[in-house]
Amino acid sequence: MKRQIPVFLVGMFGLFMIFQYFVPHESSEWVYEFLLDWTIIIGIFAMALGLWSMYRVAVDKIVTRKPNWGYSYLTLTGLVTMMLFGFTTQNGERWGWFFPFVITLNLTFIMIIQARQAKQGGRSLFLGLAAVFFVATILIGILDDAWAFHFRTAEGLRSTMFVAFFDNILIPIFATMFSLLAFFIASAAYRAFRARNLMATLLLMAALVVMMRFNPYFGPISPYLSDASNWLMNVPNLAAQRAIIIGVGLGIVATALKVILGIERGYMGKG
Amino acid sequence: MDIFERLMKLDRRWVFLFLIIVCVVTYAFDFPVPILVEPEVKAIFDFVDSLPPGEIVMVPIDYDPGSLAELHPMTYAIVEQCWRKNLKVLFTALSQNAPGMADQAIRDISDSLKVEKEYNGVAYPPREIVNGEDFVFLGYKPYPSIIILSMGQNFRLPFPTDYYGTPLDSLPMMKGVQNYDDVACVIDISGTNSTDYWISYGQGRYGFPLAIGVTGVSTAQYYPFYGSGQIFGIMGGMLGAAQYEDLADNPGLAKDGMRVQLYAHMMIIAFIILGNIGYFVSGRRAKVEGVK
Repeated sequence: MKRQIPVFLVGMFGLFMIFQYFVPHESSEWVYEFLLDWTIIIGIFAMALGLWSMYRVAVDKIVTRKPNWGYSYLTLTGLVTMMLFGFTTQNGERWGWFFPFVITLNLTFIMIIQARQAKQGGRSLFLGLAAVFFVATILIGILDDAWAFHFRTAEGLRSTMFVAFFDNILIPIFATMFSLLAFFIASAAYRAFRARNLMATLLLMAALVVMMRFNPYFGPISPYLSDASNWLMNVPNLAAQRAIIIGVGLGIVATALKVILGIERGYMGKG
Repeated sequence: MDIFERLMKLDRRWVFLFLIIVCVVTYAFDFPVPILVEPEVKAIFDFVDSLPPGEIVMVPIDYDPGSLAELHPMTYAIVEQCWRKNLKVLFTALSQNAPGMADQAIRDISDSLKVEKEYNGVAYPPREIVNGEDFVFLGYKPYPSIIILSMGQNFRLPFPTDYYGTPLDSLPMMKGVQNYDDVACVIDISGTNSTDYWISYGQGRYGFPLAIGVTGVSTAQYYPFYGSGQIFGIMGGMLGAAQYEDLADNPGLAKDGMRVQLYAHMMIIAFIILGNIGYFVSGRRAKVEGVK
C-alpha cells in the first residue's frame, strides 16, 4: 500500500491535469483552481521544511565542531536578525531598546546551541545564561514601546532596518560576488579562445563578432558586424536552440508520462 | 623565454589587473557611447508607447541582487515610461530576493516621478505615484510555474492580498481586474529560469503578449521564442537595457555602464588576439625546430 497509494494519486491527478487542459468547463476549472491552491500550500510547507533543514545543518555543524563551524553562528544570527527586522518597525523617531532586544534574542539561541555541545557542568551554565537572556528579551519586548511587531502590514515590510540591511548589505554582497565573474570570464576567454582547429576557429570568430557588434569605433564596417551578429543569433543560434528545446520538451513529456503511468518511481525515494 | 612564449603562459592576474584598470578609468571619465538599437528591443518600447493611458502593464521582477547591474536598469526604464504615460503597473516577484528588488525599484522610480522631465521632446509634469492606484505589488510566492498558472485563473487565487497585506479587492486599480485578460502585456524581467515558465505556462496557456528582459548570458536561448512569435521582444543584458534607455530618452545606469562594458570587451578582444598571435608564432617555431 505504501507504493500503490502514491502511484495511484500521482496517476489520477496527472491525468486530470492533462484532461482539464482540454475541457474548459466550469466544474473542471473549479477542481483545477482547487488543486492549484493545494500545490501552493504544499509549496509553502516545503519552504518551512527548508528553513528547518538549514537550522539543523548549521546547529549540527556547530555541535560537532566541523571545519568553519563559526560561520554557522553567523548564518543563524543573520537569519534571526533579518526575520526580526522584517516584522518590526519604529513607532516614532527612536529605536529605544530594539537593538539590545535583537542581541539578547540572538544570545539566547547561541547559549542554547552552546549548551548542546558543552559537557555537564558547562551545560547548566549555558542554559542558565540562555534563561537570563530570554527573560531580558521578553522584558524588553513587553516594556519598550519605541517599536512594535507588524506582521503582514506595510509598516513591517517597509521596516527601516530591513530595507537598510537589504539595500546596503545584501545587494552589495550579491553584486560583488557576481561582478567577480567578469574577471574569471576575461581570463577564461583569453585561454580558451585559441584557433586550434576549424571548430575552435568558428567559435572564436562568432564570439568576436557578437562582442564587437555594437562597437561604434569600427566605422564603416559597424553595420556589417551588426548584421553578422543578428544573423548568428537568428539563424545558427536559433536553429541549435530550437533543436535543444524540442529535445528537452520531448524528454519532459516522456518523463511525465512515465511518472503518471507509474513506470518512473524515483520521486518516492527508496520506498 | 621570448615574448610569444610569455604570452602563452601569461599569468591570469595580469588580465585581472588590466581589466580593473579599464573598468575604473572608463567609469571615472564620463563620455558618450553611441547605442545602436535592435528591433527586438524597439518592439517592446513601441508596444508600451502605443498603449492608451489607464492600461495595465504587468512587470514580474524575477531577479536577485546578483543580476542587478543588468536587469535593474530595464525595470527603471520601463516602469518610468509606463508611469509617465499614465499606465498602471502590476508587479510580482517570483524569485526569493526579488521582493526587495521590486520594493527598491518602486521607491526610486516613484521619487524620480516627482520631478518634471522631458522625454523625446515631450514634457511630463511631476506626479505622485499612489499604491493601489498607479501600481499594485502582488509580492512573492514560491514555485513560479504554479503561481503563473494560478494568476491565469485569477490574481486573487495566489495573492488574496498585495505585498503589504491589503486585500486586492480594496485596491482601486484591481477593480474588475481578474487575470491576464485584463492586462495589456507582461514584460518579465528575469535573472532566473522563471522566464521559461512565463513562456510555457503563461503565454503558452493564456496567450497574452509577452516580452522579456534577461541577463546577457541567457539571451541567446530565448531567440527561438522570438522567432516563433511567442515573445514579441527581448532585452538582453545591460546592452538591451541601454538600448531601451536610449529609446525612452531616459539615460540611466545601463547607458552609464555601457562605456565600461564596451572598453572591457575591447580589452578582452585585444587579449584574445594577443593570445592567438602567441599561439601561432610559438607553434610555428616549434614546428620549424622540429624539422631541423
